[in-house]
Amino acid sequence: MSSGRKNAAPTTGAAVSVGRLDKVFDTKGGTVHALQGIDVEVAAGEFVSLIGPSGCGKSTLLRIIADLEQPTGGTVTVFGKDARRARLDQDYGIAFQQSGLLGWRTIAANIELPLELHGVGARDRHARSAELLDLVGLTEFADRFPDQLSGGMQQRVAIARSLAERPNLLLMDEPFGALDEMTRERMQTELVRICAETGAAVVFVTHSIPEAAFLSDRVVVMSPRPGRIQRVVDVDVDLGPAHERTDALREDRRFFGAVTAIREALHAGSASAGTPDGAQRITGPTGPDDRHDRLTEPA
Amino acid sequence: MSERAAATRVAARSADPSVTLVPPPRPAGRRGRARMALMGVLGVLATAVLWELYKVVVPDDGVLMAGVRVLPRTSDIAMPHTWEMVARLFEPVTRAAGADPLWLAILSAAGFSLGIAAIGWVIGVVVGLALALLMQRFSLAESGVLPWVVLSQTVPLIALAPLVRNWGSKLQVGPISWENWMSVAVIASYLAFFPVAVGALRGLQSPDAIHTDLLRSYAASWRQTMVRLRLPASVPYLLPALRLAAANAVIGTVVAEVSIGLKGGIGRMILEFAQSAGGDPPKSWGPIFGAVLLGLLAAGSVALLGVGLRRYRRGEELA
Repeated sequence: MSSGRKNAAPTTGAAVSVGRLDKVFDTKGGTVHALQGIDVEVAAGEFVSLIGPSGCGKSTLLRIIADLEQPTGGTVTVFGKDARRARLDQDYGIAFQQSGLLGWRTIAANIELPLELHGVGARDRHARSAELLDLVGLTEFADRFPDQLSGGMQQRVAIARSLAERPNLLLMDEPFGALDEMTRERMQTELVRICAETGAAVVFVTHSIPEAAFLSDRVVVMSPRPGRIQRVVDVDVDLGPAHERTDALREDRRFFGAVTAIREALHAGSASAGTPDGAQRITGPTGPDDRHDRLTEPA
Repeated sequence: MSERAAATRVAARSADPSVTLVPPPRPAGRRGRARMALMGVLGVLATAVLWELYKVVVPDDGVLMAGVRVLPRTSDIAMPHTWEMVARLFEPVTRAAGADPLWLAILSAAGFSLGIAAIGWVIGVVVGLALALLMQRFSLAESGVLPWVVLSQTVPLIALAPLVRNWGSKLQVGPISWENWMSVAVIASYLAFFPVAVGALRGLQSPDAIHTDLLRSYAASWRQTMVRLRLPASVPYLLPALRLAAANAVIGTVVAEVSIGLKGGIGRMILEFAQSAGGDPPKSWGPIFGAVLLGLLAAGSVALLGVGLRRYRRGEELA
């Protein structure tokens, strides 16, 4: 575990360190063990995906790292600080499945929202939002409103917004979950490029095996009830560092190998697995269904 | 195979699905607004035509069934002709020399009432917003205050009026002493604050979890969350509440003028002219038109406010 107390650009030590983490929800139907004994370490600049069936607690884990949820036991440190301190210091940027843009703000003003809240001057804000709009290829939409953009474009704005404070850590909860497959692949490629440019570490929650394989250095495969880590698949051993990948990889045999490895790890952990011949099996519910993940949480 | 089919295919392929622009919502054009105004005028005319038609069809003494009058009288005393009502507006109020024309007297009374209603509306909006903020901030306040807010509206105005007047008459701050018009404004505000409190609370609570999560991740304070998220999000809920509050303030003013006995306003005028209805039937309808005008003016001012806050109602326009 890192004990460094540096805020700016930590190049050594872990971006996220989770130790013996437990999370129990008290619901009307009794207690639900959402997470049990989770140990994860994410190095600076590393891309780690959390994958697993609904109810495995992957979103909850991400929310605990973001200090949007409190763990019942265990420790979470982000760049050596506790999660609350890291949130207050704006050490991470976050994006969700919905873009969460404010409808009454222009695209540029949405990206500038975190900067505005933290007292950044108008000129610096505009410069930063122009830079980020360029990064996500939406420069000409700066003065539009969110309802004038397609879902994929809105999600790109949300990602730009999560980068506004130049965080060294990105927390992403199924950011492409609601997009169609074509847009999704384009966004993945774009995210690889953005990560290469910013050098940020990423914790990425997903339902999609190919998505996890394409984006990640490591894939943390989780199993439900109680949410536990099933296995960690080191994708980068075969595919190379995540931030150097290109679209060509999607048709590479090594990519299919990584997909198979994740798939097998996933199915070994779920009770409904055991269809060894199901080579074309779809990875289970995607999209809005992931809300089941959080159904057990108190509102 | 035509070239056109091939061209379409190429175009379809080159269209980037993530860069398809949704056209901006079309604002109600000038033509649309003119149409609405025309419909409004037609509505008023249709009402007048119905009125006259009823007078023609139904006998003077109404329709009686088994000794019970099921359709009201249509005599010129009960239902004067519409043109007589209009013509009466341009005659002097009384036969006394130098009396103002009726329409002027009505307008000045309506203006007087509108001023009081506006003060009542402002007080009501301030109190309603304050209550909504309190209830949003502390859930304990919501469960403790909201039932009382609802209960407050079950108290009849007639019962309230003398109480307010009595309490007020005991107040004296320096040279300023309590006056009757203040009692009327307070009663108007009592009716106005309710929709604001309830509507604003709903509006302040309307942001999705994703938005509150996002602001929490930005370490935004309660005040920042209020200013950047909750207040703007509440506008679509607040505007109908403000309109309702305006209508309530007008009703409260008219009723309170009567029960407090305040002279100079439209409420008192309705009462006075109704008493003289026997000798001059069309005259008593004048202040009723005045009250209608008052309500339209009050609601219209709030609509103007809505135009100013257009940016916060984008979702509404799309829906």
